[in-house]
Amino acid sequence: MISVRNLHKRFGSQVVLNGVNLEIEPGKTTAVVGPSGVGKSVLLKLIMGIMSPDEGEVIIGGYNMTAARSERSKNEIRNALGVLFQSAALFDSLSIYDNIAFSLRERMGLSASKAHTRVLSMADALSLTPYLRNFPEQVSIGIRKRVGMARALISEPKVLLVDEPNTGLDPLDGQEVYDLINACKNQWGFTGLVISHELPEVFQVSDRVAMILNGEIIVEGSPAELSNSSDPAVQQFLNGRTDGPIKIQ
Amino acid sequence: MNIFDTIERFGRFLIYATERWGRSWIFLARSLVALARPPYRPYLYFTQLSQIGANSSIVIALIAVFTGAVLAVQGEYTLSKFGANAYTGPMVALSLIRELGPVLTALMVIGRAGSAVTAELGIMRITEQIDALRSMAVDPIKYLMAPRLLAGIIAMPLLCGLFNVIGILGGYIVAVGLLGLSAGTFMSQIEAAVDLVDITSGFIKAAVFGLIFGWVSCYKGYTCGFGAQGVNKATTQSVVTASVAVLIVDYFLTSVLTRVFMQ
Ligand SMILES: Nc1ncnc2c1ncn2[C@@H]1O[C@H](COP(=O)(O)OP(=O)(O)O)[C@@H](O)[C@H]1O
Ligand SMILES: [Mg+2]
Repeated sequence: MISVRNLHKRFGSQVVLNGVNLEIEPGKTTAVVGPSGVGKSVLLKLIMGIMSPDEGEVIIGGYNMTAARSERSKNEIRNALGVLFQSAALFDSLSIYDNIAFSLRERMGLSASKAHTRVLSMADALSLTPYLRNFPEQVSIGIRKRVGMARALISEPKVLLVDEPNTGLDPLDGQEVYDLINACKNQWGFTGLVISHELPEVFQVSDRVAMILNGEIIVEGSPAELSNSSDPAVQQFLNGRTDGPIKIQ
Repeated sequence: MNIFDTIERFGRFLIYATERWGRSWIFLARSLVALARPPYRPYLYFTQLSQIGANSSIVIALIAVFTGAVLAVQGEYTLSKFGANAYTGPMVALSLIRELGPVLTALMVIGRAGSAVTAELGIMRITEQIDALRSMAVDPIKYLMAPRLLAGIIAMPLLCGLFNVIGILGGYIVAVGLLGLSAGTFMSQIEAAVDLVDITSGFIKAAVFGLIFGWVSCYKGYTCGFGAQGVNKATTQSVVTASVAVLIVDYFLTSVLTRVFMQ
């Protein structure tokens, strides 16, 4: 579904990605894990086409995102994507209703009445009906994440990208987001890409896991394979130790 | 410190400054092109017109009345030395219409709305709302920048007109009510002295200042750096850059317009 090939990205003299290769299989959820600051969010932005790589390519459903010249052709490819951002990134000048309706109206150009039924059924599916008139700052972060999910899924994307499902959440809210991802996946059946530094929690939503370190994917496999990996960096990260090949900056 | 280090640093700064300067022009061009292309989303323009324009009108009226008043006091003082205090009216009106109206309106709008626009866009940037727009195939330049830019260009001349009218009223109150000038003289001298070109050039200046306001405040917000620090810096820079730009452009524009209209 998504192929990431030999992706390089640097900012000034700081090399962030140094040849990342990754295959995201259709219908499965892949987790990309790694310590903070290794470039997971950068990878996500390269996949969304809102940042350009120095080298390499991203192919989404057969279309080459990195080769797309105009913003318009990128937008065509982006129609396959839904994104749940780290802190939900809701539009704070819009009500929760308008946030959910956003892509129907602004992207697909549906009329208000056509959008209305879809917004209501989406809000119902994610238990957001009581909050529709509220604004994002009036509800908890857990609910904001659900709104972010509704906003992403309402255009029925083939791929859902999730950046750090549970940063800034307490363990209960965090668990709720994982449950939400699983429930939505059962209902909508998208291909998933989840980015996280939370091990092993993220395993519960993952079919495949890839760990990124020093700009490259160092191991890839099922959650069980990763847990049993003998790679010292993986073990260090899994067990949260401070000594080992991963340098704490 | 090595002399070559200094030269290298200076060179690097020059490259950086040139690059930003170029980027800001591309940004302006893209915003203007975005204005022309569908979908038009008129509601976004009305919201911005109301936030930038209508919401600034009270404060504009307030500073206008006192600016007109002080111009009358100063004008009458100076003119009376030449026995010419009958010309206090035109002195107030021309100063306002040609110069102080556009400039003070622009500085006030930049201080009030420019900082707000930059802070709002900057926060949208650091909370990934701008990334979210792009991920949903909505062009932020079209959705966020174009409406603010156009609202600035339309609102500034309107606010400037308001400033002029209320400023002249303030001058009238002081000149006629307190300094004892005749009401007839005050008004008829204004009528005789103010030409259409004075008003036109004032409005042209205001529209250009509106463009500078929208351009600088949107660009600074859009390119905001990381965190609260980034927003803080962007907002300060936006107000300073736009204010300085207005005053510099004012000089050149006034010189050009005066020449053009003199012919
Ligand atoms: N737009 C940018 N400009 C400069 N540096 C950036 C930018 N975006 C990310 N970085 C840098 O890239 C590195 C990786 O960032 P990020 O992808 O956010 O890490 P994470 O894996 O925690 O999501 C960080 O050191 C960050 O400072
Ligand atoms: Mg991140």
